Amino acid sequence: MNYVSLPRVQHIVASGFIAAVGMWVAWVSYTQQPAEAFLFPRLISTVFVVLAVWTFVKAILGWTKVGHGVSRRDFVWLLPGLIVALIYIFWAAKALGFYTAGTIAFFLLLSFYDPAPHGEAKTWIKRVIITAGFLAVMYGLFAMLLKVYTPREIFF
Amino acid sequence: MEFLYYFGDVFTPVSFGLLLLGTIGGLILGATPGLSPTMAVALLIPFTFHLAPVQGLILLGAAYTSTVAGGAVSAILLKIPGAPANIATTLDGHTMAKQGKGAQALQLSFLASAVGGVIGVLLLIFLTPVLAQWALAFGPSHLFWLAILGVTVIGSLDSASVVKGLLSGCIGLWLATIGFDDIMGAQRFIFHPALGGGINIIAALIGLFAIPQVLTMFAKGRNATNAEVIEVEKHSIMDAVREILRRPKALSIGTITGSVIGLIPGVGGQIAGLVAYDQTKKFSSEREKFGKGHSEGVIAAESANNAMVGPSLVPLLTLSIPGSPTAAVLLGGLLIHGIFPGTDLFDNHPDVAWTFINSMLIGQILMCIFGLYVAGLAARVAQVPQSVMAAVVLGLAVFGSYSVQSSMGDVYVMATLGVMMYFLERFGFSAAPLVLGLILGPIAEANFIQGSMIAGATDGMASYFLTGALNIVLIAIVIASIAYSVWMELRSRRYTSKEEIMA
Repeated sequence: MNYVSLPRVQHIVASGFIAAVGMWVAWVSYTQQPAEAFLFPRLISTVFVVLAVWTFVKAILGWTKVGHGVSRRDFVWLLPGLIVALIYIFWAAKALGFYTAGTIAFFLLLSFYDPAPHGEAKTWIKRVIITAGFLAVMYGLFAMLLKVYTPREIFF
Repeated sequence: MEFLYYFGDVFTPVSFGLLLLGTIGGLILGATPGLSPTMAVALLIPFTFHLAPVQGLILLGAAYTSTVAGGAVSAILLKIPGAPANIATTLDGHTMAKQGKGAQALQLSFLASAVGGVIGVLLLIFLTPVLAQWALAFGPSHLFWLAILGVTVIGSLDSASVVKGLLSGCIGLWLATIGFDDIMGAQRFIFHPALGGGINIIAALIGLFAIPQVLTMFAKGRNATNAEVIEVEKHSIMDAVREILRRPKALSIGTITGSVIGLIPGVGGQIAGLVAYDQTKKFSSEREKFGKGHSEGVIAAESANNAMVGPSLVPLLTLSIPGSPTAAVLLGGLLIHGIFPGTDLFDNHPDVAWTFINSMLIGQILMCIFGLYVAGLAARVAQVPQSVMAAVVLGLAVFGSYSVQSSMGDVYVMATLGVMMYFLERFGFSAAPLVLGLILGPIAEANFIQGSMIAGATDGMASYFLTGALNIVLIAIVIASIAYSVWMELRSRRYTSKEEIMA
């Protein structure tokens, strides 16, 4: 039985996804009207599809030499941060307000990835102080200096 | 000598203040491993949006120059290059620091950076107007091929895989077409309401350069910065000046190599530093000292990577082809203010163009002066845990992309592109050609449409786009750059395979 390594499967999935996007772009470019508006997209989508299919075929044949994929260890460490970041961006920033959500996300990420001991009160106090500093700098920069109006905050 | 006329504009309180801020901030950011010059400049763009065009460019230019030089601090004191451009500096710089000559290594690195940087900017001053005038002869077909050249050169030279580099460029060109078509007003690829106005360049730049760095830091886990900062003792600056003057060969090889490499789009500071180091070693009478803490190694590497900065802007300011990813981000900074590079820049906005270029010249000197003072602080900042750095960059990315148009859509675009780019990078794709495609896409399309209209009224598409001396030269360069990169890729693979067999 042939052994298929994880990066090879990942390469097939990634290049397959890109090839699918390329084909969708080409299909839209060649079928949508007015044709004049899609002249340039037709040109680039043709090259896009050729290169994407070439990459996909290379991945299937196991000829891909560049890119190491995502290791299990990296993915396990990445996942919590990615989830917090995505919740922050796609839901919390609008629902809770930029500064509230930003502060919570900052504190969660800092606490989770901080290599300092998690059982000591001193390190937690340090994290709270750093988070407060972050909030002060962001508020000073964006609300006071640049006068950026962000969605209404839930607490103030 | 038109640039002299605008020299005073650099010294207005706001402009000079921003130049100082960009220089000092850039030195500190540059010293921080994981914060690349491109990412630093991309994160600064939202702040420039609220400034006058010239002031915004001064801030970005100062940050670009000093982040490259600032990377030498962590390379010398921590053995961690702040940016890829400082890899060669680590070879002798850190050894010098371990031998108790850290202060001397830092002084030599900033002095060499300033000399290389000033000569690089002078090259920018004298070459740019000539090339900009030459660019006047360009018609739509030539500008179309130039835009394609910009994408293919970076796509093929800046990527480990030519096919993946070009594919990244294609993805960028496609992303640039999202939104409403300029001529017919037709909707194109709008599959989410956030894409109605097209992809905002600033949000895209922040997402493509900052978010992959944040996710890379997350993926490293609870990674403590164990690198120890080597304390530096006092060293006479005059001794460092004398040492530089005693090593004219290293300084000139570094400066010339950096300047020439800077002019070639897509090659970058990392190559400039390494090539200059290698060439200086070959021509040195003390080549056995290289790698053991030799001052010539630091001088060559640092003069080269800063000499590259000015010339890398020549193709950008004249032909709209950014010479490096950071130059591509600067192009984004120009476009958001409605300023287009080329003759338009020098004819209609000479105050912006020359004040910006002059500020880079002054910035080199400021960088040298302040570099020596903030080196210790910068080295301490470089020790900030990656958990803090990742969370800060994420916060800046979200607030920065929102602040441009007060639009949540831009934040969603930034995050989506950023996460996508992280995974693409893991599979060998590169952000630089994608950004180039995104920025040069509208230029390529506008000239393609204009050219096809002219072609329709004259000899047809093939004749208009594929004939004529300039078209043929540009097409030949596109093909040659791709062919050269394919050859280099095949050669390096053959070399790697041989090494694998031998192992």
